[in-house]
Amino acid sequence: MRNTVSSLVLLAAVALGGVVITGSDSHAAGPAIDIPDRQWSWEGPFGTFERPALRRGLQVYAEVCSACHSLELVAYRNLGSIGFSEAEIKTFAAQFEVTDGPDEEGDMYTRPARPSDHFASPFANDNAARAANAGALPPDLSLMTKARAGGADYLHALLTGYEEPPAGFDLLEGMSYNAYFPGHQIAMAAPIYEDGVEYADGTPATVEQIASDVTTFLAWAAEPELEERKRLGIKVIIFLIVFTGFAYALKRKIWSDVH
Amino acid sequence: MASGGIYENPVVKWIEYRLPIFSFVDHSLGSGYPTPKNLNYMWNFGSLAGIVLVIMIVTGIVLAMQYTAHVDYAFASVERIMRDVNYGWLIRYIHMNGASMFFIVVYIHMFRGLYYGSYKAPREILWIIGVLILLAMMATAFMGYVLPWGQMSFWGATVITNLFSAIPLVGDQLVTWLWGGFSVDNPTLNKFFALHYLMPFVIFGLVFVHIWALHRFGSNNPIGVDVKGPQDQIPFHPYYTVKDLFGLGVFLIFFMLFVFYAPNYLGHPDNYIEANPLVTPPHIVPEWYFLPFYAILRAFTDDFFVYQIISLGGWLMTAKLAGVLAMFASIILLMLLPWLDRSKVRSSKFRPVYKQFFWIFLADCVLLGYIGGKPAEGAYVLIGQLATTWYFLHLIVIIPLLGILERPRPVPESISAAVTKSAH
Amino acid sequence: MSETANPATHSPEGPGEGDDTNRRDFLIVTTATMGAVGAALAAWPFIDSMNPAADTLALSSTEVDLSPIEEGQSITVMWRGKPVFIRHRTANEIADAESVALADLPDPQADAERVQEPQWLVMVGVCTHLGCIPLGQKTGEPKGEFGGWFCPCHGSHYDTSGRIRKGPAPLNLPIPEYTFLDETSVRIG
Repeated sequence: MRNTVSSLVLLAAVALGGVVITGSDSHAAGPAIDIPDRQWSWEGPFGTFERPALRRGLQVYAEVCSACHSLELVAYRNLGSIGFSEAEIKTFAAQFEVTDGPDEEGDMYTRPARPSDHFASPFANDNAARAANAGALPPDLSLMTKARAGGADYLHALLTGYEEPPAGFDLLEGMSYNAYFPGHQIAMAAPIYEDGVEYADGTPATVEQIASDVTTFLAWAAEPELEERKRLGIKVIIFLIVFTGFAYALKRKIWSDVH
Repeated sequence: MASGGIYENPVVKWIEYRLPIFSFVDHSLGSGYPTPKNLNYMWNFGSLAGIVLVIMIVTGIVLAMQYTAHVDYAFASVERIMRDVNYGWLIRYIHMNGASMFFIVVYIHMFRGLYYGSYKAPREILWIIGVLILLAMMATAFMGYVLPWGQMSFWGATVITNLFSAIPLVGDQLVTWLWGGFSVDNPTLNKFFALHYLMPFVIFGLVFVHIWALHRFGSNNPIGVDVKGPQDQIPFHPYYTVKDLFGLGVFLIFFMLFVFYAPNYLGHPDNYIEANPLVTPPHIVPEWYFLPFYAILRAFTDDFFVYQIISLGGWLMTAKLAGVLAMFASIILLMLLPWLDRSKVRSSKFRPVYKQFFWIFLADCVLLGYIGGKPAEGAYVLIGQLATTWYFLHLIVIIPLLGILERPRPVPESISAAVTKSAH
Repeated sequence: MSETANPATHSPEGPGEGDDTNRRDFLIVTTATMGAVGAALAAWPFIDSMNPAADTLALSSTEVDLSPIEEGQSITVMWRGKPVFIRHRTANEIADAESVALADLPDPQADAERVQEPQWLVMVGVCTHLGCIPLGQKTGEPKGEFGGWFCPCHGSHYDTSGRIRKGPAPLNLPIPEYTFLDETSVRIG
């Protein structure tokens, strides 16, 4: 009995230790900025992406963000898994030009994008992007909700966090004040404003709505497998619980003559 | 039934005569392998570690079929695995979280050894091989983390390989040799991929020798008293096979909860940014299982009193070198435990003073891990230095002293005697 | 290591022993079966991961615009890693192809079976002998004795329908699956 107790204490200590170690946040430089916790439809063991929000988010990305931010890891054909038909994808992709080649003369040429292409980048390379943005490099957005501490919560906070700098704050030339960006100075001017997009489904385009929709879209872009992962997870965990239950019963049975 | 190679099935007989594999399996983990009958669940972790090793090798090989080890393609190839390869996300997340699981299981396995004196005679070589396995695991994990070519991959590799320049005379050449160039770049990545693929099989070989050494004297047990006869033992199969199966079930639930519901909890967001040699992340942190050692490494600053002492006022070696040596010493020293600890009593059950120090040591290791994840600033530095000092104090001073000075509780005559005496 | 006889692997004697064994056997069978099923289910993702990935499947069909191809011209497009010959055949070439007696063909196949629209010949440009790419796509290249394609590796001659006429190749040049999306474009695969 005392063996079991000390074993469990050891186990708990190591587990707690593990949680303490991993939980200790060393990501933020300077005092940690509190990010408001939001409820997203895809959180939790049964989470899913809301399809209408994804469509609106795609529209926001295409009309606002794609001017500066690439989405290179996502292919147009991936939009099929969020409810776009083949024809819709083909039409959508064809709006954008991609570089292909070389042709028979050895020159590169541009052509309309096909579903099998990845999202077209606004700039040919990082240097071109910096040149067009006063030296700042707009990051690719394909993994943004996984590449920042705070994930989707942080992204949403950032997009809605533009404010007047507090008194005495030294804001550098060309920078904007943002309550959530580390260091509070961000090279990107506020990208979202009321009615900045006209939603195809008629939803009122408030700043909050736009931020929420594009965050949803980017969360999908970063983790397109999320819904399948959680669905499969339920089955796996339930199977394992049942299996472990039987294994335990079998263990007790086999050991009954020793105890 | 008794082992001995008498099989009825003609096919089995034919094979057994030419390659005695059935009796080998029976002797090593079947009903022909006697095991102490009082092992508790702390003894499950060895078999769990073996299973995790197999899981890592299988997932690793399948990932290697799709991964490209070139700086221009590595990051994108991993994302292709996540997005385009059938079940690629699942295999990648199993491999990624499996590494953490491997260290959790092995750390618990080691602490079990410390608590119950499993490292003591005649199991010294068993213990040493175990430490070698740990070192091989650390090398494998370090190189594996570089492969996705994220920011932490690149900068972690840069920081850790740079440490070797602290070695006098050959340091810089050694680092250039490790890099295959003048910084972490494509030759480094390709080399790490080749070695990362190789090392697990080296670990497999070490595990084979580890089990061979184990079977020489059999397992230790919670009261640390040697087996006196058959009355103290039960066959490994079916008792411990079924107990290990149950333990595996519990472990898999824990493991799969991470894989399916928190796959990136143990990782770092910066590794989802492609490596950029011109942009250093604000805080470079290794994966959690390296944090205690990272804390020991960083504790050695110029004004650290331990450094001042061992370097004779900074003359013998730089603080950087001292940190590197201390980091390796923290693991190498473990190998010497059988000789540092002279107590005739194995198990902490009968060593009340040692037991207290064990828990303090465990807490110290957790504290070191916590410090390792913090920036090397302010109060964290001092705490890290104190925790580091305690770590070495425990191994070099306290354990030897306890071995001589501690008065242990009376130890039972045998396992059977202890079992009949207890309330079981 | 002391050899030992196994103590107590059998259930204690007494009433209900049969039930004990039954329950134990049930547990063994159930647990073992669940374990085996679980292992098989777990193996599937690993095997499936080696099937063509989504990006490979996305490139498994190619759309080609036929409008720039003049009569008497051929183009070569890559499809699933292989060259596909698309020829805008002239009236003479079509007539030649249609007038060949099937008995003269090593691999008998009527021209009508090989084309959907007679002026468009679409076939995989890999010689059915040992896999070289036959010549005849570009002006100036040898076309062989039957006005179609000629494989320089071992001298196979293909006619204006891409059928083998002379030489070691056993079969006609393969026709891939293709669909006309409209009059001037086709999807291969």
